[in-house]
Amino acid sequence: MRNADTSLSILQSSNDKEDKRNSRRRLLDRLTRYGVALGGVGVITAVGLIFFYLLYVVYPLFSPAAIHEGGSISSPLQDEPQWLAFEEQGKIGFVVYKQGVVEFFDIESGSRTTSVKLPIETDVAVTSFAKGESSSNLFALGLNDGTVLVAELDFDISYPEDKRTVSPSILYPLGNSPVQLDEQGQAIMQLAVQKYDGLLTIVVQRQSGVIGFQSYEIEEDGFIQPDEYEMVEAEVAQLAPRAVSLLLNRAQDTLYIIEPNGRTYFYDLFDKEEPELIETLSIASPNSTITATRFLVGGISILVGDSRGEVAQWFPVRDEHNRLKLTKIRTFKGPGGAIEKLETEYGRKGFLALGEDGKFALYHSTAERKIFEKQLTSSKIKSITLSPHNDLLALYTEGGEIKSWHIDNPHPEVSFKALWGKIWYESRSQPEFIWQSSSASDDFEPKFSITPLAFGTLKATFYTLLTAIPLAIFGAIYTGYFMSPVLRGKVKPAIELMEALPTVILGFLAGLWLAPILEKNLIGSFAILLMLPLVVISACYFWFKLPESMRTKLPDGWESLLMIPLILIAGWLCIALGPYLELAWFNGNLPQHMEVNWGISYDQRNAMVIGIAMGFAVIPTIFSIAEDAVSSVPKMLTEGSLALGATRWQTLVGVIILTAAPGIFSAVMIGLGRAVGETMIVLMATGNTPIMDFNLFEGLRALSANIAVEVPESELNSTHYRILFFTGLVLFAFTFFFNTVGELVRQNLRKKYGSL
Amino acid sequence: MTFSDWIKSGSPWIWLTGSAVSTSLILVFGMLLLILSNGLGHFWPKSIVQTTWQSPQGEQLIYGVLNRDETLSAARLAEAGIMLPEGQEFETRYLFKVGNRDVFGVDFRWLIGNELGEFQFPADAALVERREWGDAIGVIQGLRQNGRSIAQGDSSYQMIEQRLQDVQQLHETLVEVQKKDIGSINYRLERLRLKERKYELDNALTASRQAELAEQRAALQEEYVELEKKMQQIAQQMEQGEVELELSDGTSHAIPLKEIVRIYHPNSMNIVNKFSFYLDKFLEFLTEDPREANTEGGIFPAIFGTVLMVMIMSILVTPFGVLAAIYLREYAKQGVFVRTIRIAVNNLAGVPSIVYGVFGLGFFVYFLGGSIDEIFFPAALPAPTLGTPGLLWSSLTLALLTVPVVIVSTEEALSRIPQALREGSYALGATQAETMRKVIVPMSMPGIMTGLILAIARAAGEVAPLMLVGVVKLAPALPFDGNFPYLHLDRKFMHLGFHIYDVGFQSPNVEAARPLVYATAFLLVAIIAVLNLTAIMLRNRLREKYQT
Repeated sequence: MRNADTSLSILQSSNDKEDKRNSRRRLLDRLTRYGVALGGVGVITAVGLIFFYLLYVVYPLFSPAAIHEGGSISSPLQDEPQWLAFEEQGKIGFVVYKQGVVEFFDIESGSRTTSVKLPIETDVAVTSFAKGESSSNLFALGLNDGTVLVAELDFDISYPEDKRTVSPSILYPLGNSPVQLDEQGQAIMQLAVQKYDGLLTIVVQRQSGVIGFQSYEIEEDGFIQPDEYEMVEAEVAQLAPRAVSLLLNRAQDTLYIIEPNGRTYFYDLFDKEEPELIETLSIASPNSTITATRFLVGGISILVGDSRGEVAQWFPVRDEHNRLKLTKIRTFKGPGGAIEKLETEYGRKGFLALGEDGKFALYHSTAERKIFEKQLTSSKIKSITLSPHNDLLALYTEGGEIKSWHIDNPHPEVSFKALWGKIWYESRSQPEFIWQSSSASDDFEPKFSITPLAFGTLKATFYTLLTAIPLAIFGAIYTGYFMSPVLRGKVKPAIELMEALPTVILGFLAGLWLAPILEKNLIGSFAILLMLPLVVISACYFWFKLPESMRTKLPDGWESLLMIPLILIAGWLCIALGPYLELAWFNGNLPQHMEVNWGISYDQRNAMVIGIAMGFAVIPTIFSIAEDAVSSVPKMLTEGSLALGATRWQTLVGVIILTAAPGIFSAVMIGLGRAVGETMIVLMATGNTPIMDFNLFEGLRALSANIAVEVPESELNSTHYRILFFTGLVLFAFTFFFNTVGELVRQNLRKKYGSL
Repeated sequence: MTFSDWIKSGSPWIWLTGSAVSTSLILVFGMLLLILSNGLGHFWPKSIVQTTWQSPQGEQLIYGVLNRDETLSAARLAEAGIMLPEGQEFETRYLFKVGNRDVFGVDFRWLIGNELGEFQFPADAALVERREWGDAIGVIQGLRQNGRSIAQGDSSYQMIEQRLQDVQQLHETLVEVQKKDIGSINYRLERLRLKERKYELDNALTASRQAELAEQRAALQEEYVELEKKMQQIAQQMEQGEVELELSDGTSHAIPLKEIVRIYHPNSMNIVNKFSFYLDKFLEFLTEDPREANTEGGIFPAIFGTVLMVMIMSILVTPFGVLAAIYLREYAKQGVFVRTIRIAVNNLAGVPSIVYGVFGLGFFVYFLGGSIDEIFFPAALPAPTLGTPGLLWSSLTLALLTVPVVIVSTEEALSRIPQALREGSYALGATQAETMRKVIVPMSMPGIMTGLILAIARAAGEVAPLMLVGVVKLAPALPFDGNFPYLHLDRKFMHLGFHIYDVGFQSPNVEAARPLVYATAFLLVAIIAVLNLTAIMLRNRLREKYQT
């Protein structure tokens, strides 16, 4: 009994142990289950993240702009504000008053910092005002004694105790007393001023209506020396004394004089001694008067607002006789009522328009887009401005109050039309598709048309498939159906090895080896294309003319091996004879002949090189999938067909190709996906010029190569950066679509074969 | 057999399809042959041609290595500015490497055949490989030291050779001191600076700490001065004279021994000499740093960078890829959802690699790297530590790119394991986890290995995404060295594929760089071919093993 007891207790304890072990095992099993599930789902999510991250970066391009209220301050002076603006960071604002006082204020805290009285005698009055290009902080006051005071605001930035402090001051480029611009002392009624690159020009309209200008050369060696300028004066026009707009561009070589009725005088001031009137025209729409004008940043386009509430953009365009003609490029619908004021954004081609009824709207000219419009206040607006970073909007209302709003408008350049459409860019003679994302100058109009890039990708893909499809699919059919199994076992890995070859090597060979060879042997290459099928077919004919005993020496399915030397010899012959043919037919230089006689230009790195090199990269992809499809056609189908008396070729056309068609289709789809996304080959073997020409002998710029070239140098989160991500997303979507189609077709095919 | 019979039989069309296979094969093997011959041929010593050239200024002597020649028609030559005499339709032009870039301005010249004299191969023509300015070609006249000639003619060869070996050893020591010792001091100084900045940021820069840092800095400075002295000494020892070389224009040029890599007389070399020279050059190619804007010397940093990046990538990709495959095949409920995921994973293998690069730059570098910098490396800001392209992000990006390959391959292996084995394991009481660990995973090991090898082969050849997330044309330091923490994941690195792109397309002297690019391409192709063939063999073995 005791014995049994002990044994029972042993059993008990071992059971306990067993239980413990089992529960541990169960726990481990469960943990593994969760771990694997977590890891597996995690990896798959991580991969899915790519899509969502790209979307996340791209989204702000298409999100609308936002505006919300900022600080305000009321002005101490009861005076007409002439100009309201901000320094670089949008912290310190200033107002230039008609009395000749400049008030500086801090908009965030609502406190005034300084007030400066400009050096104007008390007995003269300000009769006109002008400011320079928005980024220059230059302005001028025209006085009633025929003098003009030119001043420039300067903001000194220092960091005492690590805090950014801005201290404003006023500089006088022409000395701190006004300069005489009218000998008779007539009042200056209208004024324009610009200073750039050591040159300062003032254009004035005197009370008599006469318009004249003066240019000063300023030595820019840190000090402004008023007595070291040269003066040139010229009368440009004699007009009736009425209020005209004077628009002088920053480079001071173009002057527009615009009368309220729309009559416009377009002057070329490049030669300051002899200004030239290029054109006189009317820029007003019927039944309207001009109410506001402004140069767009860069000094090429002018914006014209009229009494009907429309804003038109004009710039000079060269016509067929190479003459400049001021041309209306596009119009924008205003915010409502006659346009009262136009102000431009800094450093980009946006602008805002203020309507008669107090509504304002923000636009972007290149994108042809009204970004938003809003009624900000019910009181009359005397002055409106944007800060240099385009993120602050401020108003000066009739009651003497200055109010500010924060604007979140980081990507105004983007619209569907700007990305995909034809846009009439500044200084171009017609609307075009152009991709030109950056240049050295700040005033550059970025050209973000993706169309030429997408076109480049499609062109490269088209020529690639033109080479790859016949070779890969014919090859797959032969390998899958006619070739002897022994040979197939060797050929398949060889062609699949092609797929593993790094594309950078293909690109390098295409660009540095193939491209010059093709250029030299262009005619030989075309001869190969033409001759090869003929040579092969005639070789086949002679083969069948051979006596039976010789033919049977080569077993079925080894023909392709026999053809290798044949093709090599034929190819070599074509290349060797090429120069003689070229001499006989094309004067010894085919590319030159094409250029001169047919107007086809020839680039060394062209679409033909791409077609061959990328075709090489895509052949194995298409080949191996198509070959799978052909060789997995059930034997009973082909045997049935052969048994019914069909020849091998008839069986192929009637049974195999029909059955394997979906598989071949999916092979092409997947090959297409690969060609679309291939980067290194297009990067290295094309000239990377974004042109829209389907010419086989010209280069291209593909989406993928464009990303590789431009992403490293694009600024984080800039419009350019996000557009490049957008093109990445386009590539992703494109390839994902083609791959999915291909994959689905293939899986369906497999299911079908499975049931046979 | 009649003609119509022949047409009816379809044979011509069969032959036509067969010719597609033949053409593809010719393309593959032709390309491999091209890379092989160009890549391996580069190291073989080529003879120096001596000839005369009827230049517009009169007859000139030319020494040069014949690079290649081509025969062009009169019209094409006219386009290049060369006029042939009336009636002549074709002429051959030759590309000579004439060297002496510092004297002649260009080191490659096209010369037209009808203006050239007979080609001769003088035994005393010498090629001097220099550290700068490329090769010098001419005839050695003697050795000078301190302005005095100390050996002349043939008898000087021996002496030059001996001294050259001496100087070269010194040069190696110099480079070692420069790179290793001075590099290490600079690295430690930088760490001290970061430490100080960190204290400053934490408001913990006490006087005692400051003193301690200053002391450490002083010690390092002292070490530095010491090393500098040593380097000066070595540099002085390297002044062992100048080789006098008479160039083709008759002028004599003195080349200091310390600037010479090697001197050889290819025209008087026998086959054994040539072979040993070949091996020497090939070894240099594999183990040395590049010189002269990557157009000369070796590609060791690129090989090292590629291998290291691929290794880190494999460590990242294998566990995750296998885990995902096991989940999809063994744990997840098979249905529409899993089928969709499987298609998606398959598709991701087809997503362009540049898209992965864009993602890697935006997400890994700017987003993850930027955040990590702010949290862990505030001392170095505004200079980014991980918020800039580098080794870690490159490896991660490529891991993401290759994870579908591993998943697909592992899944295939798992699906080939007979269900009976799983059932047997369960029947013996094993849990699913134990079955996985003890039976399924070990059995699918060849498949996993295949996937990994394919992934490595793909990663090794991938360039486009790396251009965005971490490769550079010339890295100042290897990402792995003797300075703690030894493996520098934040560093940028060199890569074989990018090297091909950069040297072949961004180099100012493409003609000089071309042979090296071929050699690099050959190396890359060889690595990838070996990896792929291994994968194919493993796959075949696996298939045979579980053939049902």
